Amino acid sequence: MSAYPGQDGLRTPLKVARGNGASGTGVHHWWIQRVTAIALIPLSIWFLFLVGGLLRATYPEVLASIAQPVHAIFLIVLSACLFWHGALGLQVVIEDYVHTRWLEVTLQIALRFGAVLAALACVMAVLSVWLTGTGYY
Amino acid sequence: MPNTRPTSPHLGIYRWRVNMLQSTLHRLTGIFLCLGALLVAWGLIAAASSGAAWNIFATFCGSLIGMILLFLWTWSLLFHLCNGIYHLLHDMGQGYGPARRDREFAPVYWKAGWSMIVLSVVLTVLVWLFLVLHMTGGAA
Repeated sequence: MSAYPGQDGLRTPLKVARGNGASGTGVHHWWIQRVTAIALIPLSIWFLFLVGGLLRATYPEVLASIAQPVHAIFLIVLSACLFWHGALGLQVVIEDYVHTRWLEVTLQIALRFGAVLAALACVMAVLSVWLTGTGYY
Repeated sequence: MPNTRPTSPHLGIYRWRVNMLQSTLHRLTGIFLCLGALLVAWGLIAAASSGAAWNIFATFCGSLIGMILLFLWTWSLLFHLCNGIYHLLHDMGQGYGPARRDREFAPVYWKAGWSMIVLSVVLTVLVWLFLVLHMTGGAA
């Protein structure tokens, strides 16, 4: 008889546990959420100022602003962090409140598709404005 | 398949604390900000598409419903930002722990919680005051 549940013969408790748990990846979600949060602190404050400065801007002025290399790079980093952070948050909301299994899995997959699609679309939009110049419209 | 996993006790069993309001608002503003992120995506894609597409986006933002949404998004962002920084301090163990949660032991905890809400509202008003002045006052 074994002192540990699931242990029989020569198998140690570690052997039984291995592969059945977080395996060291359990804190990945927590860490990425924090890292993107820290990145979003300066990025979102910068974004508020950017939008505030563009309120009365014409379309060519908006394009010129996006096409500034510093603005373009910050917008790309912002897009990536924003949708990554948002997807991690909505993932937990779905985990917490959607208890119908098929619906939960469907929403989780749709969330990932949507987040990657939106982030990529933002990055491509900024790149196209930045790299094709501002006068092509 | 019915859910057979254990569920949390009903919220009514807990004594009310300000962190419950912070937690709820943090989650609600987070969900709402995800919709705001889609607006950012719309704006960037419209800018990359054409002047006509940008005008549709700009007209929406300038409409009454657009302005109301932008105001709510501003507050949501500023609350999520303030409370998020506070949350990061909690993550580092600052001001966190059983003794600190109770009003008798640590009134500071309650003040800090309420101040996140007050601060976010004040900042939102300041941002919009600046925007209104910027829109109406010419060079700002």
